[in-house]
Amino acid sequence: MTTEPMPAVEAPSIDRRAWVERILTGRQRVDRVRQVRESAILGLLFLAALVSVATTIGIVYTLALETFHFFQHVSIVDFLTDTQWTPLFTEKHYGIWPLLTATIVVSTIAMLVALPLGLLAAIGLSEYASPRLAATVKPILEILAGVPTVVYGYFALLFVTPLLQRFIPQLEVFNALSAGLVMGIMILPLVASLSEDAMRAVPQSLREGAYALGATKLEVVWRVVVPSSLSGIVAAFILAVSRAVGETMIVAIAMGQVPRFTLNPLVAMETMTAYIVQVSLGDTPHGTIEYQTIFAVGTTLFVITMVLNLLSYRFLKRFREVYE
Amino acid sequence: MTTTSQGLPSDRDFAPRLALRKRLGFLFGVLSTLAIVIGLLTLGTLIADVVRDGWHVLSWDFLTSFPSRRPEQAGIRSALVGTFYILVLVALIAFPLGVAAAIYLEEFAPKSRLTAIIEINISNLAAVPSIVYGLLGLGVFVRTFMLGRSLIAGALTLSLLVLPIIIVAAREALRAVPPSIREAGLALGASRWQTVRHFVLPAALPGILTGTILALARAIGETAPLITIGALTYVAFTPKSLFDPFTVLPIQIFNWISRPQPAFHERAAGAIIVLLAVLLLFNGLAIALRARLQRRIRF
Repeated sequence: MTTEPMPAVEAPSIDRRAWVERILTGRQRVDRVRQVRESAILGLLFLAALVSVATTIGIVYTLALETFHFFQHVSIVDFLTDTQWTPLFTEKHYGIWPLLTATIVVSTIAMLVALPLGLLAAIGLSEYASPRLAATVKPILEILAGVPTVVYGYFALLFVTPLLQRFIPQLEVFNALSAGLVMGIMILPLVASLSEDAMRAVPQSLREGAYALGATKLEVVWRVVVPSSLSGIVAAFILAVSRAVGETMIVAIAMGQVPRFTLNPLVAMETMTAYIVQVSLGDTPHGTIEYQTIFAVGTTLFVITMVLNLLSYRFLKRFREVYE
Repeated sequence: MTTTSQGLPSDRDFAPRLALRKRLGFLFGVLSTLAIVIGLLTLGTLIADVVRDGWHVLSWDFLTSFPSRRPEQAGIRSALVGTFYILVLVALIAFPLGVAAAIYLEEFAPKSRLTAIIEINISNLAAVPSIVYGLLGLGVFVRTFMLGRSLIAGALTLSLLVLPIIIVAAREALRAVPPSIREAGLALGASRWQTVRHFVLPAALPGILTGTILALARAIGETAPLITIGALTYVAFTPKSLFDPFTVLPIQIFNWISRPQPAFHERAAGAIIVLLAVLLLFNGLAIALRARLQRRIRF
């Protein structure tokens, strides 16, 4: 730029120059303010994202701390090998097995319902039903997953158990069978929805290839679609097991609070989650061993579900790597 | 496989038996339909059973009376008020936190190890049993922060529980906004935050709200974590401050189911009808919002 103004153009007056300058510095100030404000906002957003990490740390810390205190009173060998769980009685035993077997029994029954029905429902929705029918049925099926578990507890205790007692007279009022059956129905939509997602991700060309070779629909489903989406289906199954193990209200209401070392589904038992509820309902003072037991049980529960979740995540990742 | 002497497949291997295979396929279709029908039938039976048991206890008095030792006088006033407070508090705590976290992860987060950890962590948290959140609330909010068995301790616990749901839903909604919207904003001289704040967020809002409503529905149906932090099961007053004890509908229902008298079971069924009606309202709201969103904005 030349310092000499062009003759035709009037030199900018002092006022005008100051005006331009003001705008320019003002602009800079706005930019600076904006920058500071933006980094502050970004910092806040980042902190919000960190809340989830803090939650995990909080869970692990809380569980570990009280569990550590617990194992100062109880040997870890007793905890893992004793077959009696009687922390609330005068003669105390701290063997996790009765709670664990109850959890295993009820989860197994739930899975016997949820896995076959869920897989069949997924196949029906993804391979047999028209897209319109599937779009209507799926949300209704998902209402099942949205019903509060306390309602399922009511249903298991006051509808399913009396119904089953007509056929199985020796069935106790509190039992693992009704709780497991109802839990299975509750978990069905989870299995169905995740397996269906997996089957939908199977490329259409694979199906068409099989049809071209003369396969019937059933053969396409069982020999092409299901094997191709197997990792996804397995991931859904594992997640369903994890959900069953952590389910609380159904078992607390319909399965009773008797820590019994048995595999008989017709009698009352107490799962890990039901035990935590039982102690929480009483007024257990902080620092006592009874208080610490629920954290020891909670840690066991957390470790089991965490392993299952990570396993499921791995299967899902493997599945995604193939098709997405 | 039967083979001829030359090692080639024989004609018998190509016997199609098509009729049989098709019949099997049809049978299987029936079976899979049956699986769906069993699910729907159970849902229908459950609702019918609850309505049959609890319909006659529903009345204005039932909604406005406190719980009582005499079943015929017992109502759900404290539970209803508690559920409402919890709902408002969880919305106030979890919604801004969840949306902020989602915006960070979706719009700003660098592709770093820390970001990957946060993402895996969120998907893991979504699968942690709710009762474990109760133990977290008991250890951290009730004991360490000394909030006691209060409304705010319950709300904080449930907020952490639903946070992953809100974050996942909000991220999906943000991801559905096409990049061209962001580019347009940036091209107009807006900063990244201004672009998010004025262009992306409004476009994603209906989706975010839908996810949040569903997360809140989950929060008001939860029982186990609140029992674990020690929410009382018999509360004959409404909380006056954030630090008062409280009860909510699911806990009231649990309390009534646990009693031996059938009259209390009917009260439980009545309360379940109210709870399901509230949840239905929420789900309806979410569906309406989603429909509106699909009609209004098409990218």
